[in-house]
Amino acid sequence: MACTVIDPGTLSTIQDMGRTGYRAFGMPISGVMDRYAFTMANILAGNSRNAAVVEMTICGGRFRFSHEAYVAVCGADMQGKLNGVKIKNWSGSHVPAHSELVFGNAVSGCRSYLAFRGGIAVPQAMGSRSTYLRAKLGGIEGRALQPEDVLEVARTEALPRELNELAYSLAPGYANELQLRVILGPQDDLFTEYGIATFLNEAYTVSTRNDRMAYLLEGPMVAHKTGADIVSDALCPGAVQIPGSGMPIIMMADCQTTGGYAKIATVIGSDLAKLAQAKADDTVRFVSCSDAEAIAALMTEKKCYEMASRASLKKINEPI
Amino acid sequence: MDGKTYEAEVEVLEEDAIPCPMRKIRMLKAGEQGLVVEFGTEIDPAVNAQVHRLAKILIDKMPEQILEVVPTYRSLMVYFDPLVIGRENLQEKIARYLTSLETVAATSDTTRIITIPVSYGGEFGPDLVFVARHNSMTEDDVIAIHTSTPYLVYMLGFTPGFPYLGGMPERIATPRLKTPRVKIPAGSVGIAGQQTGIYPIESPGGWQLIGRTPVMVFNPSAQSQFLFSAGDTLQFAAITAEEYGALKEQVACGNYAPVVRNVARAGA
Repeated sequence: MACTVIDPGTLSTIQDMGRTGYRAFGMPISGVMDRYAFTMANILAGNSRNAAVVEMTICGGRFRFSHEAYVAVCGADMQGKLNGVKIKNWSGSHVPAHSELVFGNAVSGCRSYLAFRGGIAVPQAMGSRSTYLRAKLGGIEGRALQPEDVLEVARTEALPRELNELAYSLAPGYANELQLRVILGPQDDLFTEYGIATFLNEAYTVSTRNDRMAYLLEGPMVAHKTGADIVSDALCPGAVQIPGSGMPIIMMADCQTTGGYAKIATVIGSDLAKLAQAKADDTVRFVSCSDAEAIAALMTEKKCYEMASRASLKKINEPI
Repeated sequence: MDGKTYEAEVEVLEEDAIPCPMRKIRMLKAGEQGLVVEFGTEIDPAVNAQVHRLAKILIDKMPEQILEVVPTYRSLMVYFDPLVIGRENLQEKIARYLTSLETVAATSDTTRIITIPVSYGGEFGPDLVFVARHNSMTEDDVIAIHTSTPYLVYMLGFTPGFPYLGGMPERIATPRLKTPRVKIPAGSVGIAGQQTGIYPIESPGGWQLIGRTPVMVFNPSAQSQFLFSAGDTLQFAAITAEEYGALKEQVACGNYAPVVRNVARAGA
């Protein structure tokens, strides 16, 4: 099965869970920005959890199918239409041969995941199919999708025909205001008490400088005790760096592995997916949480996947 | 802040459990799956050596519990799955390994010295003239000084395979460009303040470019994709533009093997 990209939309890249094991060499994780929507898309398509998908940003793409296929769409609502008929977001749909699947602007959220049953069969680069644009690695020639690209999909037998809808309670909505739970540290001791209070009590706005590498926020200055610079140490997605300007920078999937600004806190893994759906002008508030709360969120996330998997298995064939 | 003060968040190791130089070690949180073992807050080869020693021990002894470790100048980031091992359990285990760090040091500290051939000046090093003028010396002086000393790879970061090097003589220190270049070719060797480094991939940057190496520092299709590991030592060696061309061809054909020597680490 192959699917041809007619128009990739604003920015569409092939992603999976990312490239782990090379951070000591300066290689970012990359991978999907919203792991929740990504995982649900693969579950609804009957894929393994790490199958490669298309991550579409802000405005989705246009795809032509020469053969029949089964796809799932999760995340931002980009008003997908299959041969002119609206398809359901957070659902798996059967695609007849000679179809056209068209997405528009995200009416809520920022990133949408298009999973193909079987997964996109680009070769792995250093253990992952994720595209890392800066090093021209993964995906198709390490770049974003462009017109005429052909997405090869691993052949699958007997495609399901049924609509495979995610339970309503498992599909998040995306508001323009979001709250992110953070674990303070590793360098919260470099901020004044007032600085930490500002960070935790004030509202911040997502700036136009937001991408797969980082989200820059604007709002009240977070005050350091003496300065913003540290002797560089490790950075992970979710880390909140505060440079000299006092404006928070939240590191995302493509973030570099080390950095030289003090980090006041780290957004917990389960909440980073929410930020991946935020757009410029959205409001962000931070709330401090403990390790235990972060782990509880992780368990809840896992339970959601398990519930979705069980329901999905009943509807469609065995996962691949 | 969960009603806890900052001090309560940081695990301070029992003083008598840890040898003298280890007393300042702090364990910090970097999200639910990150633990930072901070040995100090300064750039110091001895501190960095401890970071690499602990990295080695953890990779050896705890492969099941640890996802990844990232050594940096003065701390080790330990990524773990909190559903596999709890933070407190992990901290206790690491604290125990820290006590054995000194004895491990004497036996296992070796470093690889990797020779990096560099064609200095000309089109490869458009800022060599400026670096020379800034430091009131000739271009040949800059080359002689830059190749006179080995450099420690404290850590990798910034872009895949980019080495943060220590040990550049202050005599050739030069401030960054006022306006960064949009595109710097892979292999470019530059100076920024008191630092020197190599760009592994084409990227924007504000370093003063003094030369270029034909050697691939990052090659995703090679068996070992990265030429350097944190803890290695680099030795730059001047080559002519002709030699650069010949080596570049060898690299392109996959016939080039970097010159690497294993030696005992100084001060071990």
